[in-house]
Order: sequence, then C-alpha cells, then structure tokens
Amino acid sequence: MEKVKSFFKTNYLVILAGLLIGVLASLLQKLGNPKNMGICVACFERDIAGALGLHRAAVVQYIRPEIIGFVFGAMVAAFIFKEFRPRLGSAPIIRFILGFFAMVGALAFLGCPWRALLRLAGGDGNAILGLLGLAAGVGIGVIFIRNGYNLGRNRKTHPAAASVLPLIMLGLLLLLIIKPVLSSGAVFFSSEGPGSQHANYLAALGIAMAIGFAAQRTRFCTMGAIRDVILMKDFHLMSGVIALLAGAFVMNLILGQAHWGFSAQPIAHTNQLLNFGGMLLAGLAFALAGGCPGRQLFLSGEGDGDAAIFVIGMIVGAAFAHNFTTAGTPWPNNPTNWGWSTAAIIVGLIFCTVIGLTMRKAVD
Amino acid sequence: MTKRIDCTGLSCPLPVVETRKALKDLKSGQSLEVVVDTGTSKENVTRLAKSEGFEVSAPVQDGDQFIITITKP
Repeated sequence: MEKVKSFFKTNYLVILAGLLIGVLASLLQKLGNPKNMGICVACFERDIAGALGLHRAAVVQYIRPEIIGFVFGAMVAAFIFKEFRPRLGSAPIIRFILGFFAMVGALAFLGCPWRALLRLAGGDGNAILGLLGLAAGVGIGVIFIRNGYNLGRNRKTHPAAASVLPLIMLGLLLLLIIKPVLSSGAVFFSSEGPGSQHANYLAALGIAMAIGFAAQRTRFCTMGAIRDVILMKDFHLMSGVIALLAGAFVMNLILGQAHWGFSAQPIAHTNQLLNFGGMLLAGLAFALAGGCPGRQLFLSGEGDGDAAIFVIGMIVGAAFAHNFTTAGTPWPNNPTNWGWSTAAIIVGLIFCTVIGLTMRKAVD
Repeated sequence: MTKRIDCTGLSCPLPVVETRKALKDLKSGQSLEVVVDTGTSKENVTRLAKSEGFEVSAPVQDGDQFIITITKP
C-alpha cells in the first residue's frame, strides 16, 4: 500500500495531465472532430499541409487549431515558469528527415501515438497492432541509444530563431480566422470527409492550449513513456499514458462513442502489416528524435528549434505521403496503394537503422 | 574527489543515460555532479538517482544551468 501511495505522490501530475488529454480529446469528438480522432497530431499536421495546398487530398484539408494551441499553451507555460530557452543545432537535417519518416509511418497506420490510444479507447482493435508496432519501434531505438546513438548537443541561440515555429502557428491562426480565398484555390478547406469535421475553432484552440500548458509542465510524452519503461523500468510517463487511455475510454462510454471491432472502424484499415509496420517506423523515428509528435510541439513552444524542425519535417512528410499515395486509406480496405505504403516504410526503416548505427560518436 | 559530467545541450534521454553510466562507477561516500540546462533533464536525472537509492541534493542554479549533486550512501 505504501508503494502505491508513493507512486501516486510522485506521478499524480502526469496522471492528471493524461486524464485531461484523454477526456478533452473524447470531448472534442463530441464537439465535431472526426471519430476516434479527437486529437491526432499526425493527422492534424497532415490537414494543415492540405490546407496550404502541399498535398491535394481534398478530404483532409483544414487548419487545425489544436496544433496551434499545443505550441501556444506550451509557450505560455514555459514563459510563466521561466523555461523558455532558445536552443538549436543538434543535427537539424537528421531531425527533419526523422520527422518526415515518422509521419510516413504514422499515416500508413492512420494516426500518431495519441490517436492510437484514442482509437483503442473507441473500440478499434486495429490500434492494438499499431501500439505493438510503436513499442517495437521504440524498443529498437532503445537498443541504438544503449549502444551510444546520439544527435549531439544543441546550443543556445537567439530568441528570434526559437520563435519561428510559434510565429508560423500565429500565421496559420490568422489564415484560419480570415479564411482568404486566393485565385489558386488556397487556403483549402475540405467540404467533406475528416477535414470537414471539426469543433468550433475557439473551443479547440482553448482546449489545446490547456493541454499544451499541462503537457509542458509534466513533460508528457507517449514515446518517452515506452522508452523509459524499456530503458530504465521507469513508469512515470507511462502512468500518464495509461491515464489518457482510461480517461478517453470512460468518456467514450459516457458519450456513447465506443464501438468494438476491427472492421468498419472510423478512419482505419485492417491491413495489420501496415498498422504494425507503419507504427514500427514511427516509433523508431520518434525514439531517435527524442519525442513523440505532441512532445515535439511542446518542446517547440519552449524554444527548442530542433523540435520545430522535426515538426516541419512531419508536415512535409504528410504532403509526400498523400502525393505519393503511401498514406493508408480508410475503411473499406483499398489495397491499390498498399505496395507504395510498404515500400515507403521499408525505405524509412533502412534510413533510421543507418542513422542509429552510424551516429554513435561519444558525447564530448 | 567529486566527479562532474556535463549534460548541457543533450536531448532526452541522454542526460539520464550518461548519469546512469557515471553512477555505476561511484563508490560509497563519493559524489557525482551532473550539469544540465533544462527543467526536464533536472527532473529526470533527480528521479533516476532517487529511484536507484542515491542521495540527491536540491539542484543549484548557476546562470542557465543546474548542478545536481548525487551521493552514494
């Protein structure tokens, strides 16, 4: 009993943050976000790429205020608690490509780790394969880390350099509010499909800022949760991840949003090789880059320019994934592009393996 | 003699990995100073050392850096 008490005393803040994310993500679905996609960092960055015309998949184009809110919320927390620290320069090009392949993998599965948990909380059994793939990918990353893998040190930089991603987010927010229509058709907003399903933007922005604030304070990270368990048997972050799953599950039951099964799940497919393989690649890329997609946004908000480059890499990766048809397609299953998805995952795994094996110079 | 490791500029989880490596060489009564520069690293290193049974002093701020002193009981 003492051990349980001590565990909660040490971990209650991250558990509360996980609960908050799970409950609010489920609520966002009720408020209009796509099913089992109250929050999905990968999908929402992909929607932003679409809104800007970087890809032309007409059903997934929208400037998601959740992404903007995560960065802003984390930035507010970082300023209040004096943790805004401009830094940059830890192998930026590698972080860009890791972000790129992380997105390619996540979109083959159709979701980031947060959405994998939300899909499971909504009864989608395919998410189990995705989560297993994620854990396996992080596990491979841990082997590289144990053998000396590192991307080198960052350096202190100018506040202007660390403000680039928050300023891009401000620009996106203005585009969302003004909704300009250019002769090219941009800014693109889906009129059907997941991109057309969204909560009121002010509600979404407010909720996301609250999550960004809480996540910055608690260092919430789904990849880190798995990594710390494997690397150090440390369940601190994992307690928050389990709380997210539990919060979303209970909230889904209350709101009647849970539907059990594998087939006909919202924005999901049943190719388990792609579900596992996609998240295997994503998990490995997250582990090599030191954070899940949400964590990279929160780090960007506290001045980490390398995390910001990872985010830009993800947005470019999303455009590639749709232009080159490597992204998974929702139910009903459509095998047409499965070959492209598989090829992209294999290329990504080879890239990550080479990075993991070769970037092992001892930290000076 | 107190050993010191510089974990500034290292992203997660390297400060913890480096600290763990250095703690293995520590003998009873010896101390290790870990220099970090983010709140995350400060918390992670402190949590690791405490969970492995070491005595951990409150981190001392020195400009943009924090110095954590870990002692093997």
